Amino acid sequence: MSILVNKDTRLVVQGITGKTGTFHSKQCLEYGTNIVAGVTPGKGGQTWEDSVPVCNTMAEAVREHGANASVIYVPPAFAGDSILEAIEAEIPLVICITEVVPVRDMAEIRRRLYFKNTKTRLIGPNCPGIITPGECKIGIMPGYIHKPGRVGVVSRSGTLTYEAVWQLTQRGHGQSTCIGIGGDPINGTSQTDAIRMFNEDPETDAIIMIGEIGGSAEEEACEYIKAHVKKPVAGFIAGASAPKGRTMGHAGAIVSASGAGTAEAKFDAMEDAGVAIARNPSEIADALLSIYKG
Amino acid sequence: MNIHEYQAKRLLNEYGIPVPKGYAAQTSREVTTAIAHLGETQKVVVKAQIHAGGRGKGTFTDGFQGGVKLVDGREAALETANRMLGNTLVTKQTSPAGRKVQTIYFTEACEIQHEYYLAIVLDRESAQTVIIASTEGGMDIEEVAESSPEKIVRVPISTTMGLRHHHCRRVAFELGFSGDQIKQFARLLTGLYKLYWENNAMLVEINPLITTDRGDLMALDAKMTFDGNAIFQHPRIQQLRDLNEEDPKEIEASEHNLSYIALDGNIACLVNGAGLAMATMDIIKSCGGEPANFLDVGGGANEDQVTAAFKIILSDPKVEGILVNIFGGIMKCDVIARGIVAAARNVDIQVPLVIRLEGTNVEAGKAILKESGIACTPADSLAQAAEIITAQVNS
Repeated sequence: MSILVNKDTRLVVQGITGKTGTFHSKQCLEYGTNIVAGVTPGKGGQTWEDSVPVCNTMAEAVREHGANASVIYVPPAFAGDSILEAIEAEIPLVICITEVVPVRDMAEIRRRLYFKNTKTRLIGPNCPGIITPGECKIGIMPGYIHKPGRVGVVSRSGTLTYEAVWQLTQRGHGQSTCIGIGGDPINGTSQTDAIRMFNEDPETDAIIMIGEIGGSAEEEACEYIKAHVKKPVAGFIAGASAPKGRTMGHAGAIVSASGAGTAEAKFDAMEDAGVAIARNPSEIADALLSIYKG
Repeated sequence: MNIHEYQAKRLLNEYGIPVPKGYAAQTSREVTTAIAHLGETQKVVVKAQIHAGGRGKGTFTDGFQGGVKLVDGREAALETANRMLGNTLVTKQTSPAGRKVQTIYFTEACEIQHEYYLAIVLDRESAQTVIIASTEGGMDIEEVAESSPEKIVRVPISTTMGLRHHHCRRVAFELGFSGDQIKQFARLLTGLYKLYWENNAMLVEINPLITTDRGDLMALDAKMTFDGNAIFQHPRIQQLRDLNEEDPKEIEASEHNLSYIALDGNIACLVNGAGLAMATMDIIKSCGGEPANFLDVGGGANEDQVTAAFKIILSDPKVEGILVNIFGGIMKCDVIARGIVAAARNVDIQVPLVIRLEGTNVEAGKAILKESGIACTPADSLAQAAEIITAQVNS
């Protein structure tokens, strides 16, 4: 009942021996995620926390331990290279948590993902990760706010996603999978990609899309929704009160001087696509439940 | 990260791109020295240096018109510079409060035959480098894109292949250059691409690029933006950062790894996460309040950072109330609660404080706040928190 990750996911952690990697890997293990290996160049052969074998390379992690998903916690200067290493190892799914990755690195990776022989989907960077409640948690989100169920959640934000998920859980509605696609302008998985996967997933009955000002990812997703999605969709856009020309924390969250990327334009696109709109972040779950009874 | 025109022109010059001779000055002594370099009766352009466009059509707060002036000779240059230096310039790209002018740039004037636009930009939508050029230079390129999009040439450049001769030729011919100008343009574009590539620029823009009365190419104005995420690889560019162009509260925040943006309202907010911080501003506004700032304390803020955040918020005299909204994930609510208590003891908070905690260790966090006895109103949801703070501030 999910997309991308489930109980069969075999995770490798890139940067497992670092402080951040160690902290979050412990939380994911506790949640029940199957971590089969870690990668820290030069520490191959060691065992992390007496339980997970450490490899020198991604190729080794895939070959020796059958890893089929990876999560990246390495510092920004090296994150781009780590993503490329994972792509070359032909791992199907890479989740990059690291923020402030140089933009040119992301541009090169984006072009690399377009190659015909690419076998990898990238989520992130600058994202909380992905969770299929009750089965597999990859990333930095608090596990307990989630509950297994049939609502798919996709978002550019981290804590705002927790807010929406918590609203759903408190109202008795679980989630099939929750994906944080990240707040950067150049990322691996778009709102549209996630919504397409939720639409095709027989175990997902309804979708929540959380967007932010800047770019046109939500407008594109709305075009897709209008043409293809019959499942109920609710949405919220953060940043209606943000001034023009300023980057609001997330590099992608900026209304350009010419006025492109406003919350209003995105709300209009959602309205046009028949998406139930939450004008207020505390009403995200209620907006969905107004059109979906579960 | 943005830099000033005079800094951009120095970089252009280093990469072999012709620019008019120019001299920058930050004090009246430097103004005198700069002017001594100019000819007695020469035509001079006096340019106020701020990180915002529209300077020529801007107005100083004392009524003086224009941040870019063409004047005759040293004396007029001196007089104009004195009117600009230390004065505050308001343009359509600055806030209504304007920007204080702390640097003046004098350049030799030249005869203009035609003005062009030329830029290299990392296009976020297509994730590639694009050359943008137009025969309609000297004006806002976004206006040209709107009114006559057919006059804009866009040439994508492969990251792996880089700029090639055929790209240069194509843009040169599209702009209508001929003869020696094509060679000049190829050299210029090659230099500009090198500058863009070697320094991780997001945008290098020459507007206008001109042909002089003799038909030679020259960069008359320039704007550059560099990727802040990659700046650690370019200490030389980092040195060009001008802290005078930034809000002191924003500088202070960045030193504590906080993401803060000053706004015009009176309700401050302190939030973890950029998306939730924006959403908190939005809900304050929808409750009839005005947010005083955007503030994201990040995923792992400690006691010191929370204290610093409160100090920064309270240094804004407009603030009449504070809304703290934390959804603890990695950040545990008890840790943030201890931070708030410590901050409340260190910083004198004289305005209403509403705190909404949710997520990891929320009960422990609420207990810490209650036991501390600090003056604050707890809220159970984001909606409730926003309603309480706006009611308290507006009453």
